[in-house]
Amino acid sequence: MTTSVETTPTTAPAQTPAGVIDLQNVSRWYGNVVAVNDITMSLNAGVTGLLGPNGAGKTTVLHMMAGFLAPSKGEVTIHGKPAWRNPAVYRDLGLVTEREAVHAFLTAEQFVLACAKMQKLKDPAGAARRALELVEMTDAADRRIGTFSKGMRQRTRVAAALVHEPKVLLLDEPFNGMDPRQRMHMMELLHRLGDNGHTILFSSHILEEVEQVAGLVQVIVAGRLAASGDYRKIRRLMTTRPHVFAVRSSDDRRLAVALIGEKSVSGIEIETTGMTVRASDYGDFTRVLPRIALDQGIRLHQLVPSDESLESVFSYLLEA
Amino acid sequence: MSTVAMITARGLFGRRRALMLLPLPLLLIGLAALCKSFDVEPTNWGQPVIEALGFAVVLPVIALIVGTGVLGSEIDDGTLVHILTKPLPRRDIILAKYLVAAVVTAITTSIPLYVVGLLTGSAAFAGALAIAAVVGSFAYTALFVLLSLLTRRPVLLGLVYILIWEGLLGRWVSGTRVLSIEQYVITIADKIHPTTMLTGQVSVTTAVVMSALFVVVSTVVAINRLGSFSLAGETS
Repeated sequence: MTTSVETTPTTAPAQTPAGVIDLQNVSRWYGNVVAVNDITMSLNAGVTGLLGPNGAGKTTVLHMMAGFLAPSKGEVTIHGKPAWRNPAVYRDLGLVTEREAVHAFLTAEQFVLACAKMQKLKDPAGAARRALELVEMTDAADRRIGTFSKGMRQRTRVAAALVHEPKVLLLDEPFNGMDPRQRMHMMELLHRLGDNGHTILFSSHILEEVEQVAGLVQVIVAGRLAASGDYRKIRRLMTTRPHVFAVRSSDDRRLAVALIGEKSVSGIEIETTGMTVRASDYGDFTRVLPRIALDQGIRLHQLVPSDESLESVFSYLLEA
Repeated sequence: MSTVAMITARGLFGRRRALMLLPLPLLLIGLAALCKSFDVEPTNWGQPVIEALGFAVVLPVIALIVGTGVLGSEIDDGTLVHILTKPLPRRDIILAKYLVAAVVTAITTSIPLYVVGLLTGSAAFAGALAIAAVVGSFAYTALFVLLSLLTRRPVLLGLVYILIWEGLLGRWVSGTRVLSIEQYVITIADKIHPTTMLTGQVSVTTAVVMSALFVVVSTVVAINRLGSFSLAGETS
């Protein structure tokens, strides 16, 4: 009743999100298939990982952020401006798609230089050289992209996306097809960019990749935002979840009797081919099992974690 | 804009399909030269070689190869993204690609038609054929660049237009000729230098106005479509 008219404009800006990239209740559907379901997120400077199993909608989210897909519902903005049908956003945004298509007939230098020119930079040649240095592609710069390995092509595309030093960089599965050294190098690069105040979002279906680069994680499962925040919290959730192991030993029945007394074991099933052990604590169980086997004089033939598929990990996250 | 044109032109000639541009013009000149060497009267071979082969096949097919090559193949292989992720007005991108396509088509078709015209013994007729081919190149490529953005199968749809609409319906259903670039081209050539070899079937006003309309409407729609260009996601 006492609310005055003036308070409305002052409170309204506080409610509008102030992130560099903002998604407000964004959904995207294809026909009657919902690819992205009511996602709201706000990203700021630093490296954020977009984690989720294949087909979860990560690429759809990235494409909407990059202005290559209209949200069916909701709003996607970059620096407060809509991403869709707004080429001006590319002045400050770089995109590295998953599909590694490049103009194979150009050399790396010609390609990055062409990108610099299309960005209308003041010193396109200098910018291209700096971008190629950043991804360590200077030595191969005058070779045709068609002759490159997958990792080199990937780095060239990153150089092209970075040539205008955008504040926002979106990368779709950037580590795919890279060897460990290239992967390490790319991770360092993303780290550095994030520390320098760039807003970096990269998608991945591999937790370890995300964990090594990103401080913040957005987890997408089946088109929904399943978890969001510090990766350590999410990691903890993932390590304390129940684990299932397939165990074979010289005497399954005797081992089962000994194991069931352990706190870390929550259930055992004995089958003809071995036994299935459900452990409530991954670390404890893997320490306890060899000790018990040794005490009982039982020989262990096999210990295989049987629910390590990403889908089961993610579906657990979704329930947590 | 010049960078987009450069990439487009290099992409066009860097692909193997660029070689497909050669046989048709050579066939056209070869046939005309053959007739000439046997001293056949141009009035006897002019119509089938110039109209039925030159204007009905060589011109539209080359325009189709080039017109879908400048944009359609970049959409197919995904390289277009590198051009689209730049703060360039979509108008500039379409115009650069369209101009490359139209100029390449115009050169590839007007030269052989000019040579064929010379073989009929008239430089004025040769000039008329070349000018008509240039007009046709601009109209056809505008249409085929647009088709690249309207459908995933622009070549197929383009062939339907050339073979069914112009080739089949154009012969028998007179009303379809109003929307047939082939008819505009024939009319324009015939109007510039009338001969018995070509018979224009639409009025010259229709030919000129409709050619311009094809160019303008196709380009405007293409610019608008490119603005809403969507990338397929992982689900597709």
